[in-house]
Amino acid sequence: MSAIHYREIEGRGAGFWVLAALLAGLIAAGLTAAWFMEHIGHVITGMTNQVVWGMPHVIAVFLIVAASGALNTASIASVFGKVAYKPLARLSGLLAIALLSGGLLVLVLDLGRPDRLAVAMTHYNFRSIFAWNIFLYTGFLAVTGAYLWVMMERRLNDHTRRVGTAAFLWRLILTTGTGSIFGFLVARQPYDEAIMAPMFILMSFAFGLAILLLVLMSACKATGRPLGDAIVMRLKNLLGVFAAAVLYFLLAFHVTKLYQAEFDGAEAFLLRDGGVYTLLFWGGAVFLGGVLPMLLFWLPQTRRSRAAVVWGSLSVVAGGLALLYDIIVGGQAWPLSIFPGMQVSSSFYDGVVNAYTPSLPECALGLAGCAWAAFVTLFALKLLPFMPQSLADDAVEPPARIAGAGATDAAA
Amino acid sequence: MNEPIDGIDATRRRVLGAAALVALAVAPGVSLIAAADAGQRRAAAARPTRRFGLLIDTTRCKRSCTACVTACSAYNGWSNQGRPIDPQWIRKVEVTEPVSGLSHSVPVMCQHCAAPACVEVCPTGASFKRADGIVLVDRHICIGCRYCMMACPYKARSFVSEDVSGQRPDAPRGKGTVEGCTLCVPRVDAGELPACVEACSRQGGGAMTFGDLNDPRSAIRRALAAYPAVQLRADLQMDPGVRYQGL
Ligand code: SF4
Repeated sequence: MSAIHYREIEGRGAGFWVLAALLAGLIAAGLTAAWFMEHIGHVITGMTNQVVWGMPHVIAVFLIVAASGALNTASIASVFGKVAYKPLARLSGLLAIALLSGGLLVLVLDLGRPDRLAVAMTHYNFRSIFAWNIFLYTGFLAVTGAYLWVMMERRLNDHTRRVGTAAFLWRLILTTGTGSIFGFLVARQPYDEAIMAPMFILMSFAFGLAILLLVLMSACKATGRPLGDAIVMRLKNLLGVFAAAVLYFLLAFHVTKLYQAEFDGAEAFLLRDGGVYTLLFWGGAVFLGGVLPMLLFWLPQTRRSRAAVVWGSLSVVAGGLALLYDIIVGGQAWPLSIFPGMQVSSSFYDGVVNAYTPSLPECALGLAGCAWAAFVTLFALKLLPFMPQSLADDAVEPPARIAGAGATDAAA
Repeated sequence: MNEPIDGIDATRRRVLGAAALVALAVAPGVSLIAAADAGQRRAAAARPTRRFGLLIDTTRCKRSCTACVTACSAYNGWSNQGRPIDPQWIRKVEVTEPVSGLSHSVPVMCQHCAAPACVEVCPTGASFKRADGIVLVDRHICIGCRYCMMACPYKARSFVSEDVSGQRPDAPRGKGTVEGCTLCVPRVDAGELPACVEACSRQGGGAMTFGDLNDPRSAIRRALAAYPAVQLRADLQMDPGVRYQGL
């Protein structure tokens, strides 16, 4: 088996610095927004006492979920011994760390009192799934860091499998923990379903892989490194399967809910009468997140196209954001049922569908989290050898033997 | 006031002491410390043998009356101008049975549950239940994550989204933290009634009874024994300390 050669990216061209400056600008804008949110108060966001979690949470949860999914490619290589994925293991670990840190940045800066981070780190209520998540997140960064280290330090290579397994198990627990944040909210009808946790795991597989594919393809293109069809088509097929699985879970989730009369109102709202939420569900989560990528990846007309892989991955990302917006914001837009079966009204928005419009500062903060993840990735690629020098078909082991759509190209 | 401090409260005091130090170290601008300290000294008086609760007789509560809301707002120093970000510690909910059209006007505030979801989910322990069942937010260690608001079935908590003015010495509030009905804990500790209960009996319909749910001789227990009462969303099994009659 030929050794894989990794090299830093050059990062000297104008394109690199323009991108870096753009990302830095976005980060600065987000930090400024957070500063205003802390000093003026959350009054400058769209979040209220009715919709208490908004855009920052949508983006933060997306990044955190995607982070654990991004690690998957590495796990497939080191835990399940699939050699073909091995060249991507480092990049996959790096993306996991970058995405998670971006998500945490947004989550922390959205707190009412971000200055009390030290309090959050020193006071734990061990019955709170949220407190457990603090451990899960910091632990994930540590375990993934260690994993990258044993992969990149030749003398420690022997430990890769063991540390990789630890990282894999950790990420499963982490995503379960993130999903449970919502699953535990029994008071809110749109949540309150244990299936949330496994659904989040599948979502993480899809979002993480979509981002990995996008980063991989753009990095190879920008640095002129060869990227063969063998690996791209393989990953693309996997992404299609994950997208289909998310769709299945989404269906199972809503069917379960529809069977329980008590949730009829909430379900009718989200699936039929909810305006923007209904649109985000069908047009975003279902079509963009599931149907369109599957079509792009597997229709005979597009299945060999690289562009289709890019558009399909972008579509998975867009669908994922729509789904999380639907879950997080849509779930709060639907009023709490304090007096089941009764008509209610009050001066505090009881019984009405709650409005929420994200404001500029909170969008800027969310965007800063994404920019941060990209920034970390960009500079890590420049400073350390994360990227294989070549992913051409003959450099990837075992030589191109892949199932499904890409087979013919790969053989050609 | 000279009750022995039970274990829970002693720990809480230590924890709070540390929190105060951290808060002082990381945020020199933190105010509220003196006021909250006063609250802490009193919290030590909470007796675990008692469980405070409220009984609300909705048949005596008129739609037009807002005495409880006004009194709470005046005593605790919050006000609601109708914006979605405004706080509301207690509100009147008009509840109508869709078939018969029979309607009630129901005051809703923190239900002071025995198994409160807000306390369960709070990452830092800022949401806590006193030994006597009163559920509070410790403004020193609340980080403003709002998970408690997501978890509360009663929409009983508000997040402070802007600078506060006109604070009352006994009811510290702070931008970036979460707040809600305290059952007027300083008054209760001083042997008085919560502001809403007092106002209801003076200017309202006398619909509210406050007392110790653990004491069989208390007025609230006798009333509960005489007529059936319900808990809101009893199915969630959080065992609210606020009960409703006539619903
Ligand atoms: S907002 Fe404050 S009281 Fe509520 S869960 Fe978060 S830290 Fe606890």
